[in-house]
Amino acid sequence: MPQLVRKGIRIDESFAEAFPMSGTGLVITAPTRKWALQAAHTMTGFATSVIGCGCEAGVDYELSPRETPDGRPGVRILLFAMSSKDAEKQLVNRLGQCVLTCPGTAVFSALDGEFQIKVGDAVRQFGDTWQMAKMIDGRRYWRVPVMDGEFLCEAKVGLTKKSVGGGNLLVMGSDWESTMRATEAGVEAIRAVKDAIAPFPGGIVRSGSKVGSKYKGMGASTNDAYCPTLRGVTDSALDEDIGCVLEIVIDGLTDAAVREAMRAGLKAIIALGPKHGAKRIGAGNYGGKLGPFHYHLKDLLP
Amino acid sequence: MKPLLFTLRREPDQRLDLSALAPDRLVGRKAAEIEAIEIGTTKVSVKVGDVFKVRLGDPKTVHYEGGSDRFDLLGARLLPGFEIYIEGDVGAQLGREAKGGTITVVGDAGPFAGSGMTGAHIDIHGDAGDFLGGPLAGEIAGMAGGRIVVRGGVGARAGDRLRRGVIVIEGDAGEDLGSRVMAGTIVAIGATEGRVGYLNRRGTIVLGQPRDLGPCYVDCGPHNLTFARMLSRSLAEESRKASRLLAQQLRRYGGDTAALGKGEILTPL
Repeated sequence: MPQLVRKGIRIDESFAEAFPMSGTGLVITAPTRKWALQAAHTMTGFATSVIGCGCEAGVDYELSPRETPDGRPGVRILLFAMSSKDAEKQLVNRLGQCVLTCPGTAVFSALDGEFQIKVGDAVRQFGDTWQMAKMIDGRRYWRVPVMDGEFLCEAKVGLTKKSVGGGNLLVMGSDWESTMRATEAGVEAIRAVKDAIAPFPGGIVRSGSKVGSKYKGMGASTNDAYCPTLRGVTDSALDEDIGCVLEIVIDGLTDAAVREAMRAGLKAIIALGPKHGAKRIGAGNYGGKLGPFHYHLKDLLP
Repeated sequence: MKPLLFTLRREPDQRLDLSALAPDRLVGRKAAEIEAIEIGTTKVSVKVGDVFKVRLGDPKTVHYEGGSDRFDLLGARLLPGFEIYIEGDVGAQLGREAKGGTITVVGDAGPFAGSGMTGAHIDIHGDAGDFLGGPLAGEIAGMAGGRIVVRGGVGARAGDRLRRGVIVIEGDAGEDLGSRVMAGTIVAIGATEGRVGYLNRRGTIVLGQPRDLGPCYVDCGPHNLTFARMLSRSLAEESRKASRLLAQQLRRYGGDTAALGKGEILTPL
């Protein structure tokens, strides 16, 4: 594969191929930062990939009490799915099981999308007729009595169909430690980008997949071209100095957010240098025919 | 552009129906046309020109210099984006069925101010009469949205059959504040009389001065309510007194248990 070199790190002349998704989000607040984060992490826990989880979700950023509608510490989470129907189903389900149940929390819409999902209008029935609606500054909230007081939940949250899922970076290094160091630096930089999340555990995925399998009925299987233990026996994409590959997958509310996140990740990984970090950076695609969004690494270099 | 200005020439001899002067209907009209509009309510004809001196301007903002308690239906069916400012008193049904916009009265308002309104912001610097935001005879619901702030006191039955929206009374309230409210919020800073929240269904009444509420309201204890904190922030500019009241821990009384009983009265501890 043709390559460029930046600060001693080889950059594949490749691109990440991404897909349109439906994106929505919540601002979750609580009396303390701890419980706001707890609700956010519980809700976005089993949400790494649409294939098995129904959606991809993660924490976008934290909000100080001055930035939230109710003056308490908050967390903004984003959730992406392949259709608006899936997004609604996942959001309402996760809200009911993970946020309604979490002590002290309140929920607000995180974005004004072209569409709206009924959220409070769905969980209000938990109040068993004791729920009350309040309109404050043109927005409607439900007050649902619960055992620690009241669960306040905005009636509707925004949803946009202009979201993008599947931006990615393949970080390749000589061993697990150095590759992880570089990938963590990349994830850290991506966290700072608004409107974008990395949904996998800690933002990182180690089991990159290819389309298809030798087994019947498996849509996807391990990406053997990037498995270091198979370097000699398969049609490998890896060089001799690569002993570990980690991937960062990025979903964003907009095309620009994904682009910005990839740019920030690349910059941080390159800044770390090849000695303690990655030796090569690539990107995953399906030949460019499946997804309409292409992010070429060469365009995103610092 | 300067506001459209109505200057009072003299106290009218009869009650006036000012709903014909809805600002959206004055757009593009000449001064002579406006002066010819009939606003009388008896068989004796009264035209705008008989009562007001008209100075043309942008009807987005309508300014009245001088008021009268005979000015009925001022700002009726007001639409979003329009503003009415009156230096003086107004009569009955101020802002009746207003859909949006703002009305400021530097003076007192008569009965049924904000009746049936769905979205306007009304600020009354003086007192307001009975049935603030209430329904007219035969109507099922009263005010259904928007916001009323009264700096002075109000008459009896303020917020009767309130359905949505916020009413703030900074002064004292007359008898039966918040009677038959269905939902929405009333904040009364001053003293209250009679049966507060009589037959309240699902509304919220916040009282600045705790009082005996009778047997139909049941104490539910002190609470920190998230919605109250949000409403406090939302009211910070319009009424600092209400904002301060809502920012504290509040004792919740559930009721009226003689009716649906899912409403509440909140008081400071």
